[in-house]
Amino acid sequence: MGPGMVPIEHVLVLAGLLFVIGLFGLMLRRNIIFMLMALEVMLNSAALAFVAAGARWGQPDGQVIFMFILAIAAAEVSVGLGLVLQMRRQLRSLDMNDAIRLRG
Amino acid sequence: MTLTLFLFYLSAAIALGSTALALTRANAAHALIFLIVSLLAIAVLFFFLGAPFAAALEIVIYAGAIMVLFVFVVMMLNLSEGSREQERAMLDFSQWWLPGLLTAILLAELVYVLTAIDSESTVRAVMPKEVGLSLFGPYVLGVELASMLLLAGLVGAYHLGHHFLRRNRGRSE
Repeated sequence: MGPGMVPIEHVLVLAGLLFVIGLFGLMLRRNIIFMLMALEVMLNSAALAFVAAGARWGQPDGQVIFMFILAIAAAEVSVGLGLVLQMRRQLRSLDMNDAIRLRG
Repeated sequence: MTLTLFLFYLSAAIALGSTALALTRANAAHALIFLIVSLLAIAVLFFFLGAPFAAALEIVIYAGAIMVLFVFVVMMLNLSEGSREQERAMLDFSQWWLPGLLTAILLAELVYVLTAIDSESTVRAVMPKEVGLSLFGPYVLGVELASMLLLAGLVGAYHLGHHFLRRNRGRSE
């Protein structure tokens, strides 16, 4: 085990597939918790592409960007889940179609 | 050599399958379990890509912290069977075809672009020491900006959540 001749273009295709699955989930679901999960999947696939590119060139920059994506995902999830609790309190539902009027 | 490749494709298949299952479940708790499996499989991929530090962070922060946050919120909301029925109704095929078509076009374009690159795939392992030196060398401004972002996220989450906490505390007293 260990790094060897792992084909980089297949990793990039995998990252593209994961991104597309996340986008599909984001468009399909109307429950805000599942939409946040789909966003996580998309961010994670972008991070996979960065790490693969960093490994291809043997530079640490890919993993540095991975850590920045991790920080962004953590901040996004904490605020997003706060919004989920707020939405549940005010609208008594988690359906995004109930929250399209942008009134507080 | 071939074992490495076999394990690589196996974990890639696990990641794809569990992600697809996660986003098509009606029950949020089941979806979270599938998502955690997917994140663990991607951590294995990071090991194969020669990024052990990224793999450890993927497990500790993504699967360990962010997903636990999701689990806490799903437990706090205590979703009823009615909402699960509603989710199942939303997963009908009539809802599927337009997002499926659009994302299939996007995937075809992505694969077309990615197969055009010439591949001489030699992967070099990048150890945590190099990552740390780079992180606190040329990218130190980014680290400061990330800390500001996390502080803003903390304050924002507290502001959005403190009504909920106060109401629940009032109920228990």
